[in-house]
Amino acid sequence: MTIEHIARTANFRIYRYDPDKDAAPYMQEISVELDPTDRKLLDALVRLKSKDDSLSFRRSCREGVCGSDAMNINGKNGLACLTDIDSLPQPITLRPLPGLPVIRDLIVDMTQFFKQYHSIKPYVVNNTPPPERERLQSPEEREELNGLYECILCACCSTACPSFWWNPDKFVGPAGLLAAYRFIADTRDEETNERLDNLEDPYRLFRCHTIMNCVDVCPKSLNPTKAIGKIKELMLSRAV
Amino acid sequence: MKVAKRTFDAVIVGAGGAGMRAAVTLAESGLKTAVITKVFPTRSHTVAAQGGVSASLGNSEPDHWTWHMYDTVKGSDWLGDQDAIEFMCKQAPQVVVELEHYGMPFDRLDNGKIYQRPFGGHMSNFGEKPVRRACAAADRTGHAMLHALYQRNVRANTQFFVEWLALDLLRAPDGRVLGVLAMEMETGEVTVFQAKATLFATGGAGRIYYSSTNAFINTGDGVGMAARAGIPLEDMEFWQFHPTGVAGAGVLITEGVRGEGGILRNSDGERFMERYAPNAKDLASRDVVSRAMVTEINEGRGCGPAKDHVMLDITHLDPHTIMQRLPGIREISIQFAGVDPIKAPIPVVPTCHYQMGGIPTNYHGEVVVDGASVAGFYAAGECACASVHGANRLGTNSLLDLLVFGKSSGESMVEFIRKEPAALQEVPQAEIDKSLARVNRLNTQTHGADVHETRLAMQRTMQAHAGVFRFKDMLQQGVDKILEIEKQVAQTEIKDKSQVWNTARIEALELDNLIEVAKATIVSANARTESRGAHVRDDAPDTAEHPNGRDDANWLKHSLWYREGNRLDYKPVKLEPLTVESIALKTRAY
Repeated sequence: MTIEHIARTANFRIYRYDPDKDAAPYMQEISVELDPTDRKLLDALVRLKSKDDSLSFRRSCREGVCGSDAMNINGKNGLACLTDIDSLPQPITLRPLPGLPVIRDLIVDMTQFFKQYHSIKPYVVNNTPPPERERLQSPEEREELNGLYECILCACCSTACPSFWWNPDKFVGPAGLLAAYRFIADTRDEETNERLDNLEDPYRLFRCHTIMNCVDVCPKSLNPTKAIGKIKELMLSRAV
Repeated sequence: MKVAKRTFDAVIVGAGGAGMRAAVTLAESGLKTAVITKVFPTRSHTVAAQGGVSASLGNSEPDHWTWHMYDTVKGSDWLGDQDAIEFMCKQAPQVVVELEHYGMPFDRLDNGKIYQRPFGGHMSNFGEKPVRRACAAADRTGHAMLHALYQRNVRANTQFFVEWLALDLLRAPDGRVLGVLAMEMETGEVTVFQAKATLFATGGAGRIYYSSTNAFINTGDGVGMAARAGIPLEDMEFWQFHPTGVAGAGVLITEGVRGEGGILRNSDGERFMERYAPNAKDLASRDVVSRAMVTEINEGRGCGPAKDHVMLDITHLDPHTIMQRLPGIREISIQFAGVDPIKAPIPVVPTCHYQMGGIPTNYHGEVVVDGASVAGFYAAGECACASVHGANRLGTNSLLDLLVFGKSSGESMVEFIRKEPAALQEVPQAEIDKSLARVNRLNTQTHGADVHETRLAMQRTMQAHAGVFRFKDMLQQGVDKILEIEKQVAQTEIKDKSQVWNTARIEALELDNLIEVAKATIVSANARTESRGAHVRDDAPDTAEHPNGRDDANWLKHSLWYREGNRLDYKPVKLEPLTVESIALKTRAY
């Protein structure tokens, strides 16, 4: 039995900018013949790079767990490695994640994004001397962390959020707030109050206007808006 | 080229599990520590580990570290050093508990303790029956662990140099290691990172093969740098082919799937592992399962139009178990195989997964050459060879390796640094120039070899000549081919000459490292004329005199490959554990 392969071409419009040689960014129109085994957008980009080695993008695990290859794909943020190439209307327009400074081509400077992640104290705080064995946690308590701990810090959500675009230095953003709630929800963490204090500010938490772009783009199907809602609830119940 | 200089107490290259575990120990000791990493720490390949980390916690049933030790020695086909294996298995419960204290979101049992699942080759009572030893966070254990370690480092204020590529190891004339030269990707600027102690935790080099579960970044950078600096590489012929990579895509499907009850089936729907491993069945050691699968395929019982894979079946499991314990696997199957494993089996094929060999160390993480430790140089994790995995690693022992030897090397470094004088030795200019020459060549090379094509030629050669089953003639041809490809690697050309985030240059520099690993692998494999663990060849078959083709009289020894002169040497296996009795040689059966 022979399997016939229909020749497939992927046509792209790609944001290009190399500060070493380009006076300004431009959109490059470029096509590439795909191999039958090329399923994902990342496969096509790797093939494209084998023809033009100057195309720059981050990538690593190619299976959606490392969070490297987030980009803006036909106007929507996503991971190249989890996007079926055949599902995309052509020409496929690729831009760097919006709202962050561009370093080169599809590579953005993520300093501000990680600064916000670090600002929520992203680690379990427990000042009770640790027991000799594991701290106990019931399966139900552990289940509270589901939908939170799986974040891969790809930045699809925060860079899809208009509030983050306007105030990237003041608004923690959906990724950072999801992480904040991950530690609040952990029964082993003792600093819920301090964590809420840290977010009680007109910008850090309350710039979330439940636009829900974050939920729409998350490649891991997480729900930062829901986590933000829970933090707001805790703040209200604390105030009462 | 202008070269800046920075000095630290300790420099760690690599921010995966081993590097970040060592960083916790160093930073919490108050030492000035730099971690150089070519990707943001949580993007390191530890993130892709799925099934679990082993420790004889005994949370679900009786377990003991001596049973774990027995399984690991047997899994290694007796090539593992028993002192290091004892050290690792004994330390396991403590390092896993520490990780839990760092905030690792392990799954839980009803009594609140860490959830444990069975895994291949892990048995109770010295090989009797499978035991629940793998501590898991669903099927995202590596992700949860890497994030927990990064978070602990944020707390400890560890200084990270993110998206810097280490270029070469810097050594003094007396052999002492002085640090590394590294390039900042964003600017192309090169800096000397000088330190009293340097740790390589750079991971494996699975990208020497065409079909691999490994990430793009797994290019053996530390192993390549060590080889160029005159350090021999140990047991590089031993590569693990994971039984269950998604056919075609290579993406990993954890052994935890079989731990939860998954079954491998051939085109007749037969549970063929019953014939190959009557006791452990689908939970036999990985080398055993991979060979069984390839045998099924070679004998015409493969699945699909090309009969080139087998099926991993979990359709009989409760969908709730799949959703709760294997949610990531379900995602991967849908994404990369186009099947929902609740409804249909997953097409799988053995895929290159793990490098058992590496930079020779002892269980303190010190790099050891000719019986003596190299002053100031440490290695841990997949890039190192302690050697705990010997000729075949057990599933979940890799994450354990990262924790145990990340910690022990960190502790050794703290001790070493505290004894060192304050003043640092001068880095010889010749060392810096040698490394810069590699970068300068790429900046000026014209009419050279294409990086992508050259890498592909190497990967296809390794795949064809040093796979699951190895053949005498093919190995010899493979050596010749790889040595030819090496000449191409020496004259690769990149079109992109930019200084800013030049990924073409990074890939060319990575290929310099990959080719060292490929050479070490094929030369060591060609020379080892026995079958042992993951290294099985046609001219060393299963006979009465040599069961499984293993030849202890001649080959119970570690290979050492030297780049200089492309030569081999050997050293004995440490059969004496630290406190318990040696586990006597035996024919391996599951």
